[in-house]
Amino acid sequence: MQTTDVIVLGGGLVGSAVAYGAACGGARIIQLDEGDNALRASRGNFGLVWVQGKGLGLAQYARWSLESSRLWPQLRDSLLEETGVDVQLNQRGGYHICLNEQEVKTRIERLQWLQDHVGADDYPFQILNPADVRDDLPGLGPEVAAVSYTPMDGHVNPLKLFHALHVANQQRGVRYMPCTPAVSIQWQSGTFTVHTPRGQFQAPRLVIAAGLANQTLCAEVGMYVPVRPNKGQVLITERLAPLLRCATNYVRQTDEGTIQIGDSMEDVGYDDMVRAPVNTEIAARAVACFPALRHAKIVRTWAALRIMTPDGFPIYQESEQCPGAFVVTCHSGVTLAAQHALRVAPWVMGGERPPLLDAFPATRFNPDTKFAHYGR
Amino acid sequence: MNPQASTSPLSYDVVIIGAGPAGMAAAHRAARHQLNVLLLDEQPEVGGQIYRSINSTDPQREAILGPDYRHGHALAAQVAEHVAAGRLTYWPNTAVWQVDTDKTLHVLRDNRPVTVQAQAIIVASGAMERPFPVPGWTLPGVMTAGAGQILLKSASLVPSEPVVLAGCGPLLYLLAVQYLRAGVKIRAILDTTAGTDWKLAWRHGRGLLKGWRYAHKGLSMLREIKNAEVPFYRGIEDLRLEGTDALERVRFSADGRQHSLDAKLCLLHQGVVPNTQITWSLRAEHEWDTDQLCWVPTLTEWCELSVPGIYVAGDGASIGGALVAALQGDLAALGVLRQLNPTGHAGLSQEAATLRAEIASHLAIRPFLNRQYRPRDAFRIPEDDVLVCRCEEVTAGSIREQVALGCTGPNQTKSFSRCGMGPCQGRMCGLTVTEVIAQASGQSPQDVGYYRIRPPIKALTLGQLAQIDP
Amino acid sequence: MVANALFVRLPAQRGSDASPPTVSVFLNDTPLALPADTSLAAGLLAAGVTRFRNATVSGAARAPYCMMGVCFECLVEIDGVPSQQACLVRPREGMRIRTMDTLPGMVFPEGGEVRRATRSANGDTP
Repeated sequence: MQTTDVIVLGGGLVGSAVAYGAACGGARIIQLDEGDNALRASRGNFGLVWVQGKGLGLAQYARWSLESSRLWPQLRDSLLEETGVDVQLNQRGGYHICLNEQEVKTRIERLQWLQDHVGADDYPFQILNPADVRDDLPGLGPEVAAVSYTPMDGHVNPLKLFHALHVANQQRGVRYMPCTPAVSIQWQSGTFTVHTPRGQFQAPRLVIAAGLANQTLCAEVGMYVPVRPNKGQVLITERLAPLLRCATNYVRQTDEGTIQIGDSMEDVGYDDMVRAPVNTEIAARAVACFPALRHAKIVRTWAALRIMTPDGFPIYQESEQCPGAFVVTCHSGVTLAAQHALRVAPWVMGGERPPLLDAFPATRFNPDTKFAHYGR
Repeated sequence: MNPQASTSPLSYDVVIIGAGPAGMAAAHRAARHQLNVLLLDEQPEVGGQIYRSINSTDPQREAILGPDYRHGHALAAQVAEHVAAGRLTYWPNTAVWQVDTDKTLHVLRDNRPVTVQAQAIIVASGAMERPFPVPGWTLPGVMTAGAGQILLKSASLVPSEPVVLAGCGPLLYLLAVQYLRAGVKIRAILDTTAGTDWKLAWRHGRGLLKGWRYAHKGLSMLREIKNAEVPFYRGIEDLRLEGTDALERVRFSADGRQHSLDAKLCLLHQGVVPNTQITWSLRAEHEWDTDQLCWVPTLTEWCELSVPGIYVAGDGASIGGALVAALQGDLAALGVLRQLNPTGHAGLSQEAATLRAEIASHLAIRPFLNRQYRPRDAFRIPEDDVLVCRCEEVTAGSIREQVALGCTGPNQTKSFSRCGMGPCQGRMCGLTVTEVIAQASGQSPQDVGYYRIRPPIKALTLGQLAQIDP
Repeated sequence: MVANALFVRLPAQRGSDASPPTVSVFLNDTPLALPADTSLAAGLLAAGVTRFRNATVSGAARAPYCMMGVCFECLVEIDGVPSQQACLVRPREGMRIRTMDTLPGMVFPEGGEVRRATRSANGDTP
């Protein structure tokens, strides 16, 4: 039996960011993870630190993402100082590419709604012609009708982020235990006992950040947390010379020079095999955006499963039945990493609860709630 | 036999990937039984690697290459005859970049993307050289013995200056003999097997006797090398390849002394291993073979993978050599016949049993060879400062750091170090990484696992993937 | 025999053609004659080329290792399209080959010539 202050279930970006924040606050932590072959959404993401367009219908999500992007430099600095790993945060703004007039119209409507609800000072945006943005995005093709730009957006190297969090956590004494998935959880007299194939672990606080396993695990502590897999495919090229100064919604160039191209959304269950027709669509769209990339070699493609809730927005909830158990789930673990480390972790440790979390309770769902991929 | 109209993907009963001995034998069997067969070949002509350029060779090269090479003629002639008679479709210059579990294949034929649907697939993509991670192995002028053979077979090219051969295994000695016949000067042979391996190998003596033809061939090669008075160092250690922009010097220790040889060309070889990119990409079951020290796909007695309808034959299944490959190609094709027509083909079981017996007899010597030419730990699991991943230039030390961070397998170490993310998609580093992690973490290679292999198996351009180019 | 070439051709058989048919190509804008019937990588090695590309992280010189399409060291630019495995293609008359000295950029086809868009390290276009 091992006892500690906080048990974190999940070794991905969400669990690791919360663990980091809690460790910075002095907590002793045990982090339980699966093995090398697990589904691992954190290995499949795009790396955007993105605000624009998010939160249609729920302005608090736009605000939550915006706050995170403002906090991000602090997370970057803190990880750099502690680990020497520069996660390559680039916040020069981001572009959403529109490939026809209808897309432009829809985009303007969406961004206008968001600006109206968040406030013009906090939510500036511009609709621009490809010619206007040649410095940031050379080579935009004739099929591009317009782009929308906000200065709030950016991107980061998600694998370096993941690596830096692991190093920082190890340095701060977080006990990371791979191949140790939680099988069941008991709660009694304010203590959680987590049963795993490699023994039992006890703590007064529990963070459930285990991706697609969240639903089963949260049920053990009296929370209904519906999550379903949503499949996305991504392509990546060989290393290229530095070409794209800013990220776009479809195409971004990493700090290593590789160009990452996405994306797709499919409701196909737990299938994470790459499908060629989807890749062809993604590739065709990328060539429409940047025809001069047609000769770039695709070195790898992959598919990963997003953790999708019925409305697409995150869930942050402390269990009412078993106080001390928290669920943290979202499908934007990169953008929200700063919130998770700097605002959610202190809340989990008994500190101030960020007011915006009022918008994301698990209790907004019940077993009859339908899944509609809305909001993103 | 004509494929269906091109509005839907082209459709075949069986698609064979690879035109080496296994692929050619499978094609011959399938064509004779009037299946609708497509044979895919990355090369411009049949032969795979072992019978490379068999259709365009000349008497001088054949004399140098030796009698085994000529076995390729019969297989190549059979393929040519079937193609001419319209019983077999053959696509050279075709790279397979994705195979799906529903037996759809996505290929680049002369750089054009094409989709093909199969009822059954035989993967006969052969073997590749085992990685040989030593200091300096990425220098220009350092190549594999296999590369030397390919240059000889396909381009009549031989080393211009005295060449150093380093490593172990019959292929290394065969190349030495071929070079001697071609009048090439061999600076030295640096044998990485120690005397002790011979003693352990004799435990498999019974297998040696059964495979006496192979053993005899091996001994006569060594005799030819000895008679030519080639400097031969046994049990070498600490091999280091040095130079600034290209190889200049080969250093090693032998018999307790340090040696340094000036050389511009060094050919490395420590055995071949199955090329498992396609089978891994299908998420088929594999086992770590502790004798061969590599991954082999798990196969039924009909050569079928854990993915139904997909078969593996030849060195891509397990290393057995060219004659075994041809027999397995035949057997896999019988498996396909059985799948497509379960009640037909009387006598099929009997034929299969005969083939299996013949295969077993040829494989009798393998335990002996595997023991005798077992690549040493030091040459498979290198020191910290040696490059493991050539593409992304990641060292063994970096992998060990990730293990210390809690990574238990190659996919996590890949995420944190970029090892395996380059264009070769882990072909040159995969085995090394599995073993480095196993050693550093105290797990077996079986438990450590292998990279998650994803398409494209061969890199293609964004435009080709978009089906816009060329 | 080309000076510095690591590999040379076997002496031809008596009575047959002294040398194989060749095609004219350009390597980094320099004209070169290569055998038409063997791989581009083999031809370049026999022509004395010892550096095909620079490694993408360190810039170290790289040249073919395996000659069978597995190692991806023999990558060269052919007719404006970068990163092609020279061991898997044969030279064609007029082929324009470049060693991969820098990372590939964008390729704009204009009037038959290709123009490369690359940025310098500080992010500016040249």
